[in-house]
Amino acid sequence: MTDLAPGVRVRTRTIDPEGHTRLPRYARGAIGVLVEQAGAHPLADDRARGRGGAAQPVWHVRFAAADLFGSGDHTVTVELWADYLTPIEEDA
Amino acid sequence: MSGDHTSSLISARVRHVEALLERRGVLGDGEIDRRIDEFLAGGSPANGARIAARAWVDPGFAERLLTDANDAIGEVGLSMAGGLQEQRLKVVANTADEHNVVVCTLCSCYPIALLGPSPGWYKSEAYRSRVVRDPRGVLRDLGFELPEGTRISVWDASAESRYMVVPRRPAGTGRLSEEQLAGLVTRKGLIGTAVV
Repeated sequence: MTDLAPGVRVRTRTIDPEGHTRLPRYARGAIGVLVEQAGAHPLADDRARGRGGAAQPVWHVRFAAADLFGSGDHTVTVELWADYLTPIEEDA
Repeated sequence: MSGDHTSSLISARVRHVEALLERRGVLGDGEIDRRIDEFLAGGSPANGARIAARAWVDPGFAERLLTDANDAIGEVGLSMAGGLQEQRLKVVANTADEHNVVVCTLCSCYPIALLGPSPGWYKSEAYRSRVVRDPRGVLRDLGFELPEGTRISVWDASAESRYMVVPRRPAGTGRLSEEQLAGLVTRKGLIGTAVV
């Protein structure tokens, strides 16, 4: 599988979990591009449920507004844990 | 979207745990409030303004700031380590082509150490829900119209980093000192909801 790295295109998770998550609803199931790693932290969803966990990379992920909302010429950069992201395999 | 938590179950639980810790002598009376006060005491938009002014007069500093802000702000005597743990700081700079604006759509994350407590509108659901969808419209409502060709980048503080914007240096300020320049920088300018 493609590793997470700057420039890699990713799709975000679609599920709507019960309870706390830091994947905003407007950015679910969307395709974005990794910009830069923003440190590594235990997954906030787990911490909110009282569970520990190893730190995992957190990324600035840039989305085109048109891909999120169907319109707009701006970008939105969201900070997302690796757990929320699946790299898109590019055709060679 | 999250809203008011004051009557929620988690608030009641926090108050209960706080009372238990105080009763058992783990926490001093009012210690949490005192720690919060200490954390807030040094926080002011004047800090962010000093950073922006230094970035305007010192291109080397500006470059270091955009690459590793936590390290760079040490050069002006500031730090993101005033809380329980150091928070990562991400600084972005406005240019003729690109305008940056910061929001926390999930709650109200904000660089308190550099900007002081956040303004009420920053925490409002109206700002949080709308600025990701229609930043140009939000900025227009806040009184400034961006040129049509300027790209807008919205940053959502959805995880552990805090964000600050370096506004564009105003024209005709070439003779001003760094301190005078800092006096021109506003809180809104550092969030990206106004020009300076």
